[in-house]
Amino acid sequence: MKILIVGGGMGGTILANNLARRLSNELRSGKTRITLLSASERHMYQPGLLYLAVGRMMPDELYRDQAGLLEPGIDFQVDPVEEFRLDKNEVKTKGGKVHGYDVLAIATGSRPTPEEIPGLAENSEQFYTEETALKMFNRLRRFEGGKVVVAMGVPHKCPMAPLEITFMLYDYFKGRGLLDKVKLHYTYPIGRVHTLENVAKWAAPEMDRLGISYETLFNVKEVDGAKRVVRSEEGGETDYDLLISIPAHRGMEVIEKNGLGQRGWIPTHRTNLNMEGRSNVFVLGDTTNLPISKAGSTAHFEAETLGENIAAMVKLGAPVREYDGKVFCFIEAGLDRATYAMFDYQNPPQPKPPTKAIHWFKLAYNKLYWASARGLL
Amino acid sequence: MSNRRIIDARGSYCPGPLMELIATIKMAAVGEEIEILSTDKGSATEIPEWIHKVKHEHVGTEEKSGIWHVLVRKTH
Ligand SMILES: Cc1cc2nc3c(=O)[nH]c(=O)nc-3n(C[C@H](O)[C@H](O)[C@H](O)COP(=O)(O)OP(=O)(O)OC[C@H]3O[C@@H](n4cnc5c(N)ncnc54)[C@H](O)[C@@H]3O)c2cc1C
Repeated sequence: MKILIVGGGMGGTILANNLARRLSNELRSGKTRITLLSASERHMYQPGLLYLAVGRMMPDELYRDQAGLLEPGIDFQVDPVEEFRLDKNEVKTKGGKVHGYDVLAIATGSRPTPEEIPGLAENSEQFYTEETALKMFNRLRRFEGGKVVVAMGVPHKCPMAPLEITFMLYDYFKGRGLLDKVKLHYTYPIGRVHTLENVAKWAAPEMDRLGISYETLFNVKEVDGAKRVVRSEEGGETDYDLLISIPAHRGMEVIEKNGLGQRGWIPTHRTNLNMEGRSNVFVLGDTTNLPISKAGSTAHFEAETLGENIAAMVKLGAPVREYDGKVFCFIEAGLDRATYAMFDYQNPPQPKPPTKAIHWFKLAYNKLYWASARGLL
Repeated sequence: MSNRRIIDARGSYCPGPLMELIATIKMAAVGEEIEILSTDKGSATEIPEWIHKVKHEHVGTEEKSGIWHVLVRKTH
């Protein structure tokens, strides 16, 4: 059985390692082969970007060599896929190689697209890539006061990031003794301050307490850099001195170009994770069109389900379990307190009040991530 | 209707049915209908409220066995 995994980020890496462990005998005997194709020889811990933007993590802490994270026996190649030929069960890479497969798993992730909103890319600071997070860090350092607006597009990966960056910015400015000169203003696309109702119920009074103002039903339509004003689809507008944005995302271009899914989101079955209409193609991580958080934990739990199922397909001829929609997200409530939310398709989250202990656990997870990617956690 | 887009947001707590609609409406053509399936009864009020604000059309809402079906049309 030839298993091909495309994408060496959170989902692809955990899946490859999970499968290599479950199928170690089959790999040794040559009965099964696992190939992982990715676009980079380095693996980035993306949640670290949030800390990089406020000077709490260094750029080199974000990366590990991808090859070093993988179980022996995985055939890892840095050669991005350019063509998906699903009818022929093969892909073609940038390097010109053609890889056939019996089972394909796609985990190519997602990308922010600030260029889709007029004025957003030029006039806002962002932290969803290393380059933009470094730029934001330098801009924050020079900022001496004024109105700071947080605004976002939909969908975006890590739905906790908007709240987290807002509370972290509060603590950042507090640390610099600038709170009396800074006015923080948070905007959000729907009618409360976070999509998770229980999180919103905790976050809104917290913002009131800290003097952070907020405006809901605010979907960014355009940014007027000359007038320093952000306008919303709903007809609202707010002025700013410093605009922090979380742009709307799309899946990768290669997914769109190959007609696998509009805007790069691949239609995916919610429990068996098959690409709709393709029994030997699975999808995991950000690039699914599932109505769940685009988060590392989602990719992680999906990878565990798929690892078990694909191994069972090799050993038993059929998958054995379903993905239940499980997601777990830490929520930083500043630079020294945090909480978390856990939920699945059936059970809503019940987040507890933030504590220092959970913040320290999140900081520990920033290091433990590498064990998690290796599939050890 | 054959070209109606369905968003199956049952059991979606995060990002949730309205966020799914905001993301999906970008992909729809003007005139296209979108049906959102939600297990959260709040969708029956928050989706029409947003649709009204951004001046698309709320075609109707129906509850069938604990699932809310909210139908909207993209108008611009
Ligand atoms: C600022 C920030 C904070 C975040 N915070 C959190 C958090 O606190 N908790 C949480 O759970 N999640 C968080 N996330 C989200 C999390 O990082 C992503 O949801 C997760 O990485 C998605 O995993 P993935 O495998 O789908 O994609 P990725 O991890 O993005 O991996 C995609 C992989 O595909 C490869 N690739 C791309 N194109 C091709 C191609 N054509 N061929 C082959 N390979 C290709 C890339 O090189 C990459 O290796 C955060 C993200 C950001 C940016």
